Amino acid sequence: MNTKLGVSNTNVSVKKRAISSSRIKANIRTYTMISVLVGIWIIFTIITGGTFLSARNLALLARQASVTSVLAIGMVFVIVAGHIDLSVGSVLGLCGGVMAILQSRMQWDVIPTLVVIILLGTLIGAWHGFWVAYKKVPAFIVTLGGYLMFRGVLLGITKSVSISLSSPILKAIGQDYLQKGAGIILAVIAVIATIIMVFKARASREKYNLDVPPIYQSILKVCLFSILIIGFVLVMNNYEGIPIPVIIVLCLTLVFNFIATKTKFGRCVYAIGGNPEAAMLSGIDNKRYTLLVFIISGFLSAIAGIILTGRLNAATSNAGAMAEMDAIAACVIGGTSMTGGIGSIPFALIGALVMASLDNGMSLLNTESFWQQIIKGLILILAVWVDMSTKKK
Amino acid sequence: MFSICTQTWADKEVKVLDEYILEMKNITKEFPGVKALDNVTFSVRKGEIHALCGENGAGKSTLMKVLGGVYPYGTYEGDIYINNEVMKFQNVKQSENAGISIIYQEFALVKELDVGENVYLGKLPGKAGIVDWDKLYYETSEFLNELGMDINPHTKIKDLGVGQQQLVEVAKALSKNAKILVLDEPSAALTESEVQTLMGILRELKKKGVTCIYISHKLGEVFDIADRITILRDGRSVGTYDIKDINEDKVISLMVGRELTERFPRENHTAGEVVMEVKGLNVYDPDGTGSLVINNVSFQIKKGEILGIAGLMGAGRTELVTSIFGGYAGKKYGEIFINGKKVEINKPGDAIENGLGLVSEDRKRYGLVLEQSVTTNTTLASIDKICDWGVINSNKEYLNTSQYVKELRIKTPTLRTKVNNLSGGNQQKVVLAKWLMTKPKILFLDEPTRGIDVGAKFEIYNIMNELVRQGVAIVMISSELPEILGMSDRILVMCEGAIRAEFDYRDATQERIMYYATGGR
Repeated sequence: MNTKLGVSNTNVSVKKRAISSSRIKANIRTYTMISVLVGIWIIFTIITGGTFLSARNLALLARQASVTSVLAIGMVFVIVAGHIDLSVGSVLGLCGGVMAILQSRMQWDVIPTLVVIILLGTLIGAWHGFWVAYKKVPAFIVTLGGYLMFRGVLLGITKSVSISLSSPILKAIGQDYLQKGAGIILAVIAVIATIIMVFKARASREKYNLDVPPIYQSILKVCLFSILIIGFVLVMNNYEGIPIPVIIVLCLTLVFNFIATKTKFGRCVYAIGGNPEAAMLSGIDNKRYTLLVFIISGFLSAIAGIILTGRLNAATSNAGAMAEMDAIAACVIGGTSMTGGIGSIPFALIGALVMASLDNGMSLLNTESFWQQIIKGLILILAVWVDMSTKKK
Repeated sequence: MFSICTQTWADKEVKVLDEYILEMKNITKEFPGVKALDNVTFSVRKGEIHALCGENGAGKSTLMKVLGGVYPYGTYEGDIYINNEVMKFQNVKQSENAGISIIYQEFALVKELDVGENVYLGKLPGKAGIVDWDKLYYETSEFLNELGMDINPHTKIKDLGVGQQQLVEVAKALSKNAKILVLDEPSAALTESEVQTLMGILRELKKKGVTCIYISHKLGEVFDIADRITILRDGRSVGTYDIKDINEDKVISLMVGRELTERFPRENHTAGEVVMEVKGLNVYDPDGTGSLVINNVSFQIKKGEILGIAGLMGAGRTELVTSIFGGYAGKKYGEIFINGKKVEINKPGDAIENGLGLVSEDRKRYGLVLEQSVTTNTTLASIDKICDWGVINSNKEYLNTSQYVKELRIKTPTLRTKVNNLSGGNQQKVVLAKWLMTKPKILFLDEPTRGIDVGAKFEIYNIMNELVRQGVAIVMISSELPEILGMSDRILVMCEGAIRAEFDYRDATQERIMYYATGGR
């Protein structure tokens, strides 16, 4: 949640009204995103006669959304900086392929394999970033080139056959579940952390003489988050526990959302995307940050590759095909502006969940895949239209 | 002045009425909050070259946009007569059909197409949608020959020089059967010989009966070519004269002859030691044409003074300060000394490290990230000051921002309000806050009060004085002469990328500044 700071020396009543109105505005946005998601869930629940909301299906859904989510986190940075990355699907596939080859054909250990894969993804990101930032080639072109090149490399090294993994650990990354007890412990830690953060923020606001929200608001906030956290863990535990990929997504979200909102790096990326000239004249090194943004995208593509390959327990030559489109769609549904400067990681994850829910629900209904594509495409356009028309008012 | 010229009109009106090809009567055009044109009457005789002069913002371009149908009939008051017939232009096309052709400073040519295609753009000859290319190129070369231009109609526009592009614009206008040709600052980008060619062609056209309205800052050219001259000041016409009845000094005094009614909070400053010295600065055009936008400029900035830089649009003032700041795309050569030490400023980051700040000309384009908050914008240039190990310390961020919001009295509902939602004056103060937070030793202000209300202007002047008291050196670019005269301690006048004059403010007058700004030596 955004915390709003007030100007302490101006008229108090004006200040309070302005704060609450801007808060409501931000909330309306959140509500539209969430209501789209809930709407889709309700429709599928009714049509499937409740199967959609079963613990098993929700666990599968969360796992399905994880690959798109990881890519979407990186894509938010790229799009916010005013660029696009069309290569993430191919990079994901390539990283999975190399991982399978290193691990099962060359018998590498798990740790060195993972290190090399993550390094590979990061280097590919740096390659794209170098061309975009320092050679001024448009990101669309550079990453379209990357999209073709790295898919080509994957086809070359796998000879278009799928390579299965032999390591149970790598398989576990994609398929396993956290033990139920561990899930509960995690939930308790998360609830405690929420309480500490909410009240620390209050204390800090008191210290600096800022207006502090009424105590019931803070308690409500804590309760809401606690219910969400505990509810989520209980539902997951009702099946097998929290899927490992979902844990990875949650950790990455915490880290990268922190980077996006609380660090100099994040601040500069948003400024560059919002107004590159103003950022440059304010002494920000646009090129360096553009490079870093693509490095993040490459790094996360590698992680997504590891998760997907683990889940399939094999690397295939078409793994991650069209994944870039899902990631971009997730960002856009989550309110990321294609012109740069605006976007949020949590919202993009809701977008990823929307995409995954459509896939999952329609698969449950045995909808033919061509229909799935048609409907996903339509929902994408509608979601953005709704978002834009509510923003104008 | 005004009364004299209306009187001459009154005397002649009956006799010469039918001579006028164009009359614009009592034109008033208002924009929200500004009267751009106030009851302007402008008459042009058939076959003359009529110069239109005035400072930046005097209303010349607005008047021509009214004539050209850019502002459709009904959005302005008053009437336009062509050959004594009332015209009600709804769009540019109707104005063109009435024989009016306007050539703007920014050419309306498609660079990737060739000369012939550009001349016939929008009216390609042919049948059933199939272009008759032979006819097109044949007629284009006829036009070009007629104008005495040696240009191959198959050459792409991007391969032509600026001067030749200008001539293509003229040819394009003539191909539309233009009776009245309007040239807006035609010589701004031309070399001396290109100007001569253009002048020759205009004289040729005059012999053929084409009427020409020539807008220019350069009085030398105006007196060279025009038959009559109309001077605008602050949206009003201050007189129309036969060129032989008037001289350059008189024109300048009419251009700037306003009463200095606005009051400025002038304070006596004592300039200290030289904090910055620029020696032999040359800056090239970023388009790679090899032309100089800044030509051998040298000057000093002293501690605790306000140095005003005056000049007309296109004089190179913005290019001068942005290139010093390391933010200009063109190559630069020259030396910059700060406190006697030579410094290399290759990017704005270097400039900030050396204690420079730049409040740039267009705050929405160069100053602010509009979708971000007051806090983000205020801290943008000194983000390291609010970070611990790269992580933003929101307390430091809040304290710093609220301090400047308070000091500069920025009116904003909250510190998290998007700057997009603030008024122009408050936006400008946010930009100022951003630079004050970097604690600059030398602060460049490029048009610091453009487009903001009087109250906010005054506050910004007071802030400038306060900064000077604290020992900051201020360099202020302004197109408003009263502001230059009212605030500066020392005044530099720029024209065509060079410094043409330097004054102490006590010696400077609007007329003297304008003399050098319009190319006088």
